[in-house]
Amino acid sequence: MIRNTAAQMAAKLASGETTSVALTQAHLDRINSVEDKVHAFLFVDEKGALEQAASVDAKRAKGEKLSPLAGVPLALKDVLAQKDKPTTCGSKILEGWLPPYDSTVVASLKKNDIVILGKTNMDEFAMGSSTENSAYGPTHNPWDLSRIPGGSGGGSSAALASFEAPLAIGTDTGGSIRQPAAVTGTVGVKPTYGGVSRYGLVAFSSSLDQAGPCARTVLDTALLHEAIAGYDPKDATSINAPVPQVVQAAKDGNVKGMKIGVVKELNGDGYQPGVRARFDEALELLAKAGAEIVEVSAPNFEYALAAYYLIAPSEASSNLARFDAMRYGLRVGDVDGASAEAVMNLTREVGFGKEVKRRIILGTYALSSGYYDAYYGSAQKVRTLITQDFTKAFTQADVLVSPTCPTTAFKIGEKANDPLAMYLNDIATIPVNMAGIGGMSLPAGLADEDGLPVGFQIMSPVMKDERMYSVGAALEAALLSKWGAPLLNRAPTLEASK
Amino acid sequence: MSSLSRDEVAKLAGLARIEMSEEELVSLSKEFTVILDAVARVQEVASADVAPTSHPLSLRNVFRTDVVVPSLSPEQALSGAPAQEEQRFRVPQILGEE
Amino acid sequence: MSLTYEDVVAKYEPVLGLEVHVELNTESKMFCGCATVFGAEPNTQTCPVCLALPGALPVVNEKAIESTIKIGLALNCSIAPFSRFARKNYFYPDMPKNFQISQYDEPICVDGYVDVEIETDEGPKKFRIEVERVHMEEDTGKSLHVGGATGRIHGADYSLLDYNRAGIPLVEIVTKIVPGTGKYAPEVAKAYVAELRDILRSLGVSDVKMEQGSLRCDANVSLRLIGAEKLGTRSETKNVNSLRSVERAVRGEMIRHAELLNAGGRVVQETRHFQEDTGLTRSGRSKEQAEDYRYFPEPDLVPVEPDAAWIEKLRAGLPERPSIRRKRLQEAWAVPEKEMAAMINADVLDIVEKTVLLGADPTKARSWWLGEISRIANDKDVAIADLAITPQDVAEIVALVNSGDLTDKLARQVVEGVIAGEGKPSEVIAKRGIKVVNDDGALMAAIEKVCTEQADTAEKVRAGHIPAAGALIGAVMKETKGQADAARVRELLLGHLGQPTS
Ligand SMILES: [Zn+2]
Repeated sequence: MIRNTAAQMAAKLASGETTSVALTQAHLDRINSVEDKVHAFLFVDEKGALEQAASVDAKRAKGEKLSPLAGVPLALKDVLAQKDKPTTCGSKILEGWLPPYDSTVVASLKKNDIVILGKTNMDEFAMGSSTENSAYGPTHNPWDLSRIPGGSGGGSSAALASFEAPLAIGTDTGGSIRQPAAVTGTVGVKPTYGGVSRYGLVAFSSSLDQAGPCARTVLDTALLHEAIAGYDPKDATSINAPVPQVVQAAKDGNVKGMKIGVVKELNGDGYQPGVRARFDEALELLAKAGAEIVEVSAPNFEYALAAYYLIAPSEASSNLARFDAMRYGLRVGDVDGASAEAVMNLTREVGFGKEVKRRIILGTYALSSGYYDAYYGSAQKVRTLITQDFTKAFTQADVLVSPTCPTTAFKIGEKANDPLAMYLNDIATIPVNMAGIGGMSLPAGLADEDGLPVGFQIMSPVMKDERMYSVGAALEAALLSKWGAPLLNRAPTLEASK
Repeated sequence: MSSLSRDEVAKLAGLARIEMSEEELVSLSKEFTVILDAVARVQEVASADVAPTSHPLSLRNVFRTDVVVPSLSPEQALSGAPAQEEQRFRVPQILGEE
Repeated sequence: MSLTYEDVVAKYEPVLGLEVHVELNTESKMFCGCATVFGAEPNTQTCPVCLALPGALPVVNEKAIESTIKIGLALNCSIAPFSRFARKNYFYPDMPKNFQISQYDEPICVDGYVDVEIETDEGPKKFRIEVERVHMEEDTGKSLHVGGATGRIHGADYSLLDYNRAGIPLVEIVTKIVPGTGKYAPEVAKAYVAELRDILRSLGVSDVKMEQGSLRCDANVSLRLIGAEKLGTRSETKNVNSLRSVERAVRGEMIRHAELLNAGGRVVQETRHFQEDTGLTRSGRSKEQAEDYRYFPEPDLVPVEPDAAWIEKLRAGLPERPSIRRKRLQEAWAVPEKEMAAMINADVLDIVEKTVLLGADPTKARSWWLGEISRIANDKDVAIADLAITPQDVAEIVALVNSGDLTDKLARQVVEGVIAGEGKPSEVIAKRGIKVVNDDGALMAAIEKVCTEQADTAEKVRAGHIPAAGALIGAVMKETKGQADAARVRELLLGHLGQPTS
């Protein structure tokens, strides 16, 4: 049952073939049996999930009209506030904090009766590409437990790939949904900025952050997308417009006559041969399905990484200032005679991990007087240039595509001491965040050299998210008929040792 | 060639309210030499005629009407407080100005 | 070495800069829906947004924007077609986010002015104070310092924080530097803040209660030798909480600076705190190393671009400028300058105007509010506006006196009753059984009784010595417990004693 898609589970719940309690229990059992190997979760809410499942079953028994995903379980990235449940953002500084409110995403999940299994592991405050920066230990890639599951949302993607949950929520600031999806053989979407409310999403970089759906199929992702998207008056940067028709697009999977633009700069040198091979193969399949493949150029993308590592740390240095030991969270050094300032300094030293501190200092520097124009100001200009590149490219193509990441999953610890090498992981995903457009990653197969999943990225213009679902569904269907079974069937089952 | 001295890192850590050991200051200072060189590339194309973009959306005038909505209860507001007294957040002595 | 003020202004020219913070009187806070009631129980008006809980986001209060635009228009500013919020980053426990959402280089209103008039040796003189900018920001929480000898922040053992005030909309009005006021600098500063207060009150955008902190003034003062070009180093005196203190703070700083300079010392650029008790300022945080606030555009909010139609609609709704209104009322009511000033000082202009509009004679209306009612307010130590008496009540009482249904003395009892919460004037009159005795029979009986008791005096009157009637009238009034109309008593008495009645 747990290997079904979310859509299949929903159908079985609707037909009465199973109950939400049974389905939820099956996932809790799976979590129990594989979690010691994967470590996808920071908190498993067994009691809360079963209660929520029972209430959905009761509603269904009464004949109430329920939403399409009602009763299906989900794993929630620990960066979203859920009332009275631990929300740590993978940081020591928030250990034990229980939010007194629900994020809008969580409120939407509850309204749609989607069962929340618990909170998933992540790089501290979403800063990282490997989940190694979690203060609570790394998550392991279900394809190869010695490898990273991507980051920052490695917990969510690993939960999907290890069948601990059929649905998950991620957040994407520079690739934190798409890169984990790519390296775990799952699907992840960063919607258009403003498409999903950020209220209750603990901010890393406010102008880049976006919550989005993760699942094992394009349709499941679309169903979750529609459940969480829409205008929210509590988020001043939320778009007040109808939600793109992503479910319909995912069902149709029609690319006939669509122009698909291959971004010249997001390929070639630095991309692993197996990644390039799977990418080229996917293009052929899309062409066969009726799409026209064109090449587009985005010359300023090469500056995206540099701009990102100025903008995101700058905003983060300010966003993370509130973690000061005064109102909530960790407090260190509050001894007789200590000053508030000393307690803040000590708490932030102990409460933040190395990467978070590195970025706070970098951001503080980039915003400081005398350096603002050279760093933050210049990065904002690069942002303009990247947006212009996208605008031009979208006049030549309906969607743009690239490999999601230059490489497949690397080994845990391999890049831990080389921040720049780590940052390079996000080279293909970052431009999307800079321009606020939509981006999807879906599995394109396994790299020949290491047998690990490769991600295929589709980018669509602002509020045209349905386009990436059309292309994603078409490619998924073509690949599935080629493979004969879902890619994840080839992943280790993880149960042998128990 | 951009770089940050140990003292500059210490000053930034002070601004950011993060206590740092000598070892940390020195190692960050070294790392920043590399990182700043990488990020300084933005200056290559950031010419004067390019307008800055601080936000991906071109939304304007997003407001809420002036209506009171229920607040948290004081118990909820203080629920995460490391220390509290008289329905207020208790914090260590505050140095500096009034 | 102590200098007189005259010594100071003979040698130095003061240059002012005034920053006024005004708490807007919106129902809800600047960026969240929490209430803004003054004096509420601690931390009862807080939410994830104003407590800066992780994940919470601000949304701008539209009324606050409107109020700010109104202020800008009233201060003759241009309204920026594009303005933005920015984050001002610094750590302080009363500021939950450890940044303040403010405005930096893109404020909503710029380049205005306020004219003030003060008495000088050469008669009334007008000074123009140029306004550099009017921008929006948010207030901080309040801290209570516990322990230590003084109860102040210094030496306190710990502090207790209440975030009810955190996030209340603030408008900051910043002047350009104000040179050329010479020895009148303290008066000009006071007149500017007073004028600003009147304008803000007339706009209805703030309670402008300096004592409650809804209007706070920071006074920047520097001195330079008369004739010098270069500005001196300034000090910034924070939170000066009354009009009188504005004047005292500026004067005190001028003397302090001059003493330093005369002694060959230098003025330190710093924040100073005004102390009401001594009238002196005390050193606060030194700004020698300027804070690095790392301003950048607030990414959680989008720009404000008020269109012309919106601005013009707000402009059309602006009330009459207070200084113009004062002149108009003074003429209409034929009030001497001094009386007008008394009304403004006592803050009764609005209420007198309302009373007059309800039909009361301006002189009578003024004398009630400025006299009896002000006295009661003073005794009770409350604001006149907080007394349970309305312009409607006063207008009614004035009418009853005019019609002879109340004497002045009885009217005072009615005022007292209304203020004591006994109801409307008619209800007080009914409850207290207040009634003018205008039954001539009853009056005649009293007159006859008094004339018999004081036969000698009555005889004098009968003989034509009219002034002697006063004593008899007084006795009759006493006999009728003050409820008689004295004029009628006089008329009847003189008639009774065979004298002409007019
Ligand atoms: Zn609030």
